Amino acid sequence: MNEPKRITTPLTDEIIQDLKIGDRILLNGVVYTARDAAHKKMLQEYEETGKLPFDVKGQIIYYVGPTPAKPGQVIGSAGPTTAYRMDKYTPKLHELGLKATIGKGWRTPPVKEALKKYKAVYFAAYGGVAALLSKHIVHAEIIAYEELGPEAIRKLVFKDFPVVVANDIYGGDIFQEGQKKYRKICI
Amino acid sequence: MREIYAEQIKDAVKNLVMDTEYNLPEDFIGALKDSIEKEESEVGKEILQTIIKNAEVASSEQVAYCQDTGYPVFFIDIGQDVVIKGGNITDIINEAVKEATKEGYLRASLAYDPIFSRQNTGDNTPALIYYNIVPGDKIRIKFAAKGGGSENQSKQAMLKPADGLEGIREFVLKTIANAGPNACPPFTVGIGIGGTFDYSTVLAKKALFRHIGERHPDPRIAKLEKQLLEDANKLGVGPLGFGGIITAIDVKIEIAPCHIASLPVAVNIQCHAARHKEIEL
Repeated sequence: MNEPKRITTPLTDEIIQDLKIGDRILLNGVVYTARDAAHKKMLQEYEETGKLPFDVKGQIIYYVGPTPAKPGQVIGSAGPTTAYRMDKYTPKLHELGLKATIGKGWRTPPVKEALKKYKAVYFAAYGGVAALLSKHIVHAEIIAYEELGPEAIRKLVFKDFPVVVANDIYGGDIFQEGQKKYRKICI
Repeated sequence: MREIYAEQIKDAVKNLVMDTEYNLPEDFIGALKDSIEKEESEVGKEILQTIIKNAEVASSEQVAYCQDTGYPVFFIDIGQDVVIKGGNITDIINEAVKEATKEGYLRASLAYDPIFSRQNTGDNTPALIYYNIVPGDKIRIKFAAKGGGSENQSKQAMLKPADGLEGIREFVLKTIANAGPNACPPFTVGIGIGGTFDYSTVLAKKALFRHIGERHPDPRIAKLEKQLLEDANKLGVGPLGFGGIITAIDVKIEIAPCHIASLPVAVNIQCHAARHKEIEL
């Protein structure tokens, strides 16, 4: 396993070009949250007004709906949700300058194409290890769609938040690559 | 008749919900620890260790193991010699879930209306409750906090009787492979075979309550469970789908009689947040 690299947001084309599937990254800086309901609302708003609730240029969206923070916590448990559910909306966001998304599970071909076309990556965070991951979030505030509760858009600040490059601009897919090595039966 | 008071049920269920959300079942954690040695992938080993560490942190800090605190599902066996005093049991259970959600800092994860507004109900109710009347004077309450990611990858098929064992095997393994990284493996796989279209899925969910390694009493089914577990771990999915040996921790099958024309099969995928617990009152 390779040594993790530290990266700070916002992301540039130069940073993205350096990322290959399997790279372990410690993310730092501002990251925004959005999942199913926020994506739908955000893209609807963009269609109607030409604006998004935050500027996605160079930014990262983390697919997460955290638990409420206990007293003394910045944020509750906060692991990634399954990414493919956002695939309907993701290519448009990359077109508008979004540089990365964080989730779990595989992406569909339109997203993989968008990553190549708009120079962006998909990071996988470890699914379900939400109590641990929340310790790498040092600030959280709701910035839009508060009415969506756990699905509201939050601005987070990461400190060494661990992710793996799952899809890069070169067409690689960490899940396909990894599974190939260990598959012993065909079905 | 034995009397059980609503308030007693409410407090017990509230504790059951919070306990389930913070503390993974010990048999599952034990099986995870055993699996590290079997895992050949370095990344897979590291993920299994991270999962165990997460369980330890959630438990020691009394926080949700996963941010998806799940759909509250109950299987309740009510002894026919029990009288519940001081409230309607469905209301009591929902009140307990509401209080556990608020006091336990659980995420509200249910949308009241599935199609139009999809507005969050705000308190994880209404819970899904399956009741069963049984002999005796006890109430047994089984609770699962069923996460959406693994539920989304679950499947049902109405196979033909001619498809037989081979058809079942192919359907189950395809479902597990397709679930892959989307559903947070290592899985426990609940399988319901027989019954009707709907009942097969209930059986699959119910199967998930069995302890890890506890085989079906019918030796033919027990053998099938072992074979499917072995085959699942040859698919290459591995911990969190990054590739490896440990795709499933266990496979559990429940069966029921079925129509002469049918072979219903349901596969309920359970992620590593295998939150199933039960109490008896």
